[in-house]
Amino acid sequence: MTIKKAYGFQFVVLILVLFICFFINIGLGSVHIPFKSILGSLFGTIDNNTWQVIIKDYRLPKAITAILVGSGLGISGLLMQTLFRNPLAGPFVLGITSGASLGVALVILGSGLFGGLLAMSLISKWSIVIAASLGSFLVLLAVLAVSSKVRDTMAILIIGLMFGSITAAVVSVLSYFSSAEQLQQYIFWGFGSLSNLSWQELLIFFGIYSIGLILSIASIKGLNSLLLGENYAKSLGLNLRQSRLVIILATSLIAGTITAFAGPIAFIGLAIPHLTRQIFKTSNHRVLLPAVFLYGAIVMLICDSIAQLPGSDYTLPINAITAIVGAPVVIWLLVRQRKMMF
Amino acid sequence: MSMNTKHIILKVEELSIGYKTKKAETVVASHINFELEKGQLIGLVGANGIGKSTLLRTLIKVQPALSGSIFLNGKDLKSTTNLELAKQLSIVLTEPISSKNLSVYELVALGRYPYTNWIGSLTDNDITIVNNALKLVNIEDLKAKRCYELSDGQLQKVMLARALSQDTDIIVLDEPTTHLDMYHKAYILKLLQKLTKETGKTILFSSHEIDLAIQLCDTMIVMQSDTVVFDEPCNLISEGIFESLFPSDLIVFDTKTGGFRVNK
Repeated sequence: MTIKKAYGFQFVVLILVLFICFFINIGLGSVHIPFKSILGSLFGTIDNNTWQVIIKDYRLPKAITAILVGSGLGISGLLMQTLFRNPLAGPFVLGITSGASLGVALVILGSGLFGGLLAMSLISKWSIVIAASLGSFLVLLAVLAVSSKVRDTMAILIIGLMFGSITAAVVSVLSYFSSAEQLQQYIFWGFGSLSNLSWQELLIFFGIYSIGLILSIASIKGLNSLLLGENYAKSLGLNLRQSRLVIILATSLIAGTITAFAGPIAFIGLAIPHLTRQIFKTSNHRVLLPAVFLYGAIVMLICDSIAQLPGSDYTLPINAITAIVGAPVVIWLLVRQRKMMF
Repeated sequence: MSMNTKHIILKVEELSIGYKTKKAETVVASHINFELEKGQLIGLVGANGIGKSTLLRTLIKVQPALSGSIFLNGKDLKSTTNLELAKQLSIVLTEPISSKNLSVYELVALGRYPYTNWIGSLTDNDITIVNNALKLVNIEDLKAKRCYELSDGQLQKVMLARALSQDTDIIVLDEPTTHLDMYHKAYILKLLQKLTKETGKTILFSSHEIDLAIQLCDTMIVMQSDTVVFDEPCNLISEGIFESLFPSDLIVFDTKTGGFRVNK
């Protein structure tokens, strides 16, 4: 009954698929680059300087971003579903995404409201990233404060949803006073984007993501005991309060940075854990966590490849693609098992 | 083991149970005293709402005692950590488990949680104990099934196997026979009796099956509105404890058969 024997083959296949998707993703784009040159520019230098720049500074960071975003959202969804004993939970429920959206809305839409100090020229990429991080971090602090006081996990879930409502309300008030240009900029952020990350930004992204990932791995055993329910988990010797804090912190770090750098990306966090459980037929987080990582990364790479509309100059909003891929998965699962389980 | 060297697993002294808020204290029952010995099957009975669950929840440290002490293997429960407790006491609750997606084997293996390393790897020893627990409860054929595929009776056996694999001195079960048919009620309680004999574990359960408990238990705890009595079933019958358990205009206790019947 060892994990290696039972799931080794599936993991080898998944890793292979991930590599294939990675190279396909890099290979696709508005400029056609031969596969040989792609490999050449990845592992050395090629003569064609334009291609080299496209691959190294544009497509490669974008593919890595896709892997981080997909795997991260999947893992935070998995953590939330187990912690809140709710199959509909995802990174959105804690209000992390809402907090980030609020921060961004205040910067983009609020600039008109608060006068000339924050002129349009000031709204750089970094100010959006900082605003989103601050927003999700503040919501995280609020959720942590609440969760150390409130014992009931369901209450935390509802509080997260309330943060979402408050955000939506503030955003609608702000948009009422905003110019069309500002609104457009906010809407574009809401579409989500995996591109335009510099190597420096990617490094910061990866750093915070890694801390969240390590915390998630450290929570595996506790997550498994939580499958029985909180009272059983405690009777098995779990320090419930501490584990809950670590799990929430891990989710916030991962989902918060993703939203900050790539925008609010929907459905991946909800759909990937369900898809993985369906295929791996287990609830053991020791198997699920790496499997969700791989599936999330693969699905995100595929979504991004579709978003580029191969052979054209257009790039569709990534959020639209994830919803188009994610929603049918959820519906299919519901129809197939008539019940959502976690 | 001779009769005068009693091995006490759980000792309760002048225990008072109930709920405490900032404003008021609601006492559900008080002056509770009993000693549970190794290898005994103990039934906890009483009318609905008398405080059976509150007593069990206090004993398993889900809620604090109002006053008095509980000693588990001679150590005060208050100073016992969650992990220490997990190695001495396992539970089967009435609440359903959160994830019915777990396989029977995965669920029973979770009983090894207090003993495994940081990521929960099962050693050969753990696997032997898990398989043994499945065998004791006679559910080896269910191993690969998912929990949502099981009947209530099967699920109850699986939960019992999980408690067994936790390898504790005492197992506490809250109403293990609810939702079960007459055959499975008797089956589960008989199984509990068999387990105390075969494994030397102490098993405490609450139940409404008083007649079955009278036949199977070594000792019983009877909760009444004013007192909590602890004794062997035959003594409890001769003292007339069961007669006063329910209002006698509807249900009377028959001392000869050791069961209740409806007053027609």
